[in-house]
Amino acid sequence: MSATLSLTVNGKAVSASVDPRTLLVEFLRDQMGLTGVHVGCDTAQCGACTVHLDGRAIKACNVLALQAAGASVLTIEGLTNGDGALHRMQAAFRECHALQCGFCTPGMVMSALDLCARHPHADEATIRAQLDGNICRCTGYHNIVKAVKQGAAAMGEGEVRHGGE
Amino acid sequence: MGANEPGLIGQSVLRKEDARFLTGTGQFTDDITLPRQTYAFFLRSPHAHARLRGVDSAKAQAAPGVLGVYTGADLTGVNGLPCGWLITGTDGKPMNEPPHPVLAQGKVRYVGDPVAVVVAESLVQAKDAAELIDVDYDVLPAVVNVVDALKPGAPQVHDEAPGNRCYTWALGDKSAVDAAFARAAHVTKIDIVNNRLIPNAIEPRAANASHNAADDAYTLYVTSQNPHVERLLMTAFVLGLPEHKVRVIAPDVGGGFGSKIYLYPEETALVWASKHVHRPIKWVAERSESFLADAHGRDHVTHAELALDKNGKFLALRVQTTANMGAYLSTFASCIPTILYATLLAGQYTTPAIFCEVTAVFTNTAPVDAYRGAGRPEATYVVERIVHQAAVETGIAQDELRRRNFIRTFPYQTPVALNYDIGDYDACLDEAMRMADVKGFTARKAEAAKRGKLRGLGYASYIEACGLAPSNIAGALGARAGLFEAGEVRVHPTGSVSVFTGSHSHGQGHETTFAQVVAARLGIPLANVDIVHGDTGRVPFGMGTYGSRSLSVGGTAIVKALDKIVAKGRKIAAHLLEAAESDIEFSDGKFSVAGTDRSKTFGEIALTAYVPHNYPLGTLEPGLDETAFYDPTNFTFPAGTHICEVEIDPDTGVVRVERFSACDDFGNIINPMIVEGQVHGGVAQGIGQALMESCVYDRDSGQLLTGSMMDYAMPRADDLPSFQVSTKVTPCTHNPLGAKGCGEAGAIGAPAALMNAVMDAFAARGIVHFDMPASPHRVWSALRAAQPN
Repeated sequence: MSATLSLTVNGKAVSASVDPRTLLVEFLRDQMGLTGVHVGCDTAQCGACTVHLDGRAIKACNVLALQAAGASVLTIEGLTNGDGALHRMQAAFRECHALQCGFCTPGMVMSALDLCARHPHADEATIRAQLDGNICRCTGYHNIVKAVKQGAAAMGEGEVRHGGE
Repeated sequence: MGANEPGLIGQSVLRKEDARFLTGTGQFTDDITLPRQTYAFFLRSPHAHARLRGVDSAKAQAAPGVLGVYTGADLTGVNGLPCGWLITGTDGKPMNEPPHPVLAQGKVRYVGDPVAVVVAESLVQAKDAAELIDVDYDVLPAVVNVVDALKPGAPQVHDEAPGNRCYTWALGDKSAVDAAFARAAHVTKIDIVNNRLIPNAIEPRAANASHNAADDAYTLYVTSQNPHVERLLMTAFVLGLPEHKVRVIAPDVGGGFGSKIYLYPEETALVWASKHVHRPIKWVAERSESFLADAHGRDHVTHAELALDKNGKFLALRVQTTANMGAYLSTFASCIPTILYATLLAGQYTTPAIFCEVTAVFTNTAPVDAYRGAGRPEATYVVERIVHQAAVETGIAQDELRRRNFIRTFPYQTPVALNYDIGDYDACLDEAMRMADVKGFTARKAEAAKRGKLRGLGYASYIEACGLAPSNIAGALGARAGLFEAGEVRVHPTGSVSVFTGSHSHGQGHETTFAQVVAARLGIPLANVDIVHGDTGRVPFGMGTYGSRSLSVGGTAIVKALDKIVAKGRKIAAHLLEAAESDIEFSDGKFSVAGTDRSKTFGEIALTAYVPHNYPLGTLEPGLDETAFYDPTNFTFPAGTHICEVEIDPDTGVVRVERFSACDDFGNIINPMIVEGQVHGGVAQGIGQALMESCVYDRDSGQLLTGSMMDYAMPRADDLPSFQVSTKVTPCTHNPLGAKGCGEAGAIGAPAALMNAVMDAFAARGIVHFDMPASPHRVWSALRAAQPN
């Protein structure tokens, strides 16, 4: 059994046939080839699969692909404009050495953007509390917190939503 | 970056590898899907201990999409997984080394022990088929902790290991220690547990194996910290395949922390099965499988005694440790609680006599092996907890007691085999105390007390032995492998450079740090250097990344290869410039005739080497490509002091880390930004161990109770503070980079510093015994028990 799914992924209209049991993360990785969306756990704890669904950060392992029907999905691959220039939040992560192995990074960046949209002037405590759905085993979060602050400061109001939303 | 390349050393150059990770274009093992890909699912034992009466896979074989179902009985001609280090016991006998089958044979010995592998067109089909496998288990009593395992009548994990003993091993002069205790003015005794941990790199282990029938060759993509070691062990010891017919590629790897060093059953079974199904087979661990079947860390039970004279000088240290090996010996399991533990018990101190006895024990739990620090955090925890307690008992200030015993003359031969080349322990202690504002602590403690909170300050002055190690010494101690590293520098005709290193980067930033070393030495732009790692098909050889060895050993191998490049370049330049080779100087990317303005650039020399029209062909080969192997002459000895300040809420038991200050001596530093990042991460893992992480098996059933990220407390952003870190430098004396290693220090110093802070806070309530983790319930319970309301 399969169903037809139509949605927008990284600004492009997409239509595909999916098994109804398919998770959004499986659809994005296996059918869309967006392997920047990572799977790090099986209990919706680690946040490596975080993407934006209609502008909100969600864990793509916890949503069926069909639940995204008609919606707009933004993944880490959609953040850059294809010219190689990093989004300001990505750049802040690089400048602050906020990534080591890079596996949690896509989810962390997508969560950071959502965080900034909801708390444009977040202090350290707020940033730490808001990132508790994303686990990083490498950095100790020290430089991630720094990067989120720097990225937020670098971004203009409303810039968060660029990239196809 | 091109203007002043020698200045690259010591610069926080941004990482070359970041762009791909930040844009989602990294290539991790699970991101690689091959043509005609199939998928594997491992059926694992639900029991901690059971006899296998039979495994019937007929129904699964016939299930839709299934290409093969294999059990232990099917793996004919496949040997068990080897242990890489032979420990000889105090009885003079080799350790008990029971077989470690790839898939269970006869018995299962821990929850998660792989029993069968199903290969199917899709993962869902493989999982569905696995449910059809009928396994007849005769469930046996299980034993999960070392104390129970050593009791008479305990369930026996292996027939080959009577009493569940793997070995009893000792290091040090027992009679000298006994004599010192007899004349001690004070003896401090301590019982501690080093809690068992589950590594949890965020990328789960994964593998993708394929067999090419045309040339009978295999390719394995695998999440490995050391692909050459993986290949060597798999081909030579387990599968009996020709080494040159197996290519192992460890692409982008999402963290290791030790857990991806080992040769595991899963990738071994996949390589074997790939020839049988004639298709590539992919397996990716679910996080639940990571919890069950990744090698765990720590799990020591220790009694220690420290003898002091009337001035607080340490006279002797006596340590007895029981270490959990789990159900089977993992690749390096046996050397962790011995060679990498007992040898570190001198710490930073002049303790003249040390004796340590270690008993390693089998239990019905996942195999235990190296986890960030590997033996050295356990040693530091023993030494620094007992020094803290001794200071409390003698009334000598924490820093003062440490200073009275610091080693200050180098090289220093410890009574436990190691020879420290250099260090300055006062410098790190001074700086850590300054950062931690120790002077202001009394006021902060008083202020906290007014709010009903308990404050504590804890020190850990740690040492570690890194840069594993001289191969001949390791061999004499039982290592079944060499411990050198290989590097190849390939200069291309146009002067850019590819460097092939046996070290593997899975977060450490080698692609940047190593490139800084190469660009600085050759005087060429950083952008002209690429680092290649993680592929047995491209890299000459490698022992891989663990034990904070990459820069000091792998980096040195590259430097040795660079020396050969420069030596050959000098010969070419002498020919071109019609000068004597001895008159050619090389600096800032130029070969010059000394005392003249005549020179050739590095690029000109490279081009000449590959277009050798005007070239001394009679005496010199064309080309500019050199390989070096480097075997260190000693360990390196990073050391430092970490100071932690905690505040405890006695009403809730919540321990907050208010301040964490680390001053470390890693020798010379190439990229301070990356080094600081390594310290941050290590400290976070150390705080994780001390504050929240703990692997718990049910004592009766042997079930893993902390089997998910909802049950096993991983440190999150809001559990940790920002850290204060700094470094002091005494360059390592025996490698050309003067580097010591920085990857594990945080995880080594932090647990003792944090727990000493907790003990300091507890002192007001009279608590003298408390084990990690200092989780709210345990802290609250300890406070309630000490002072019932």
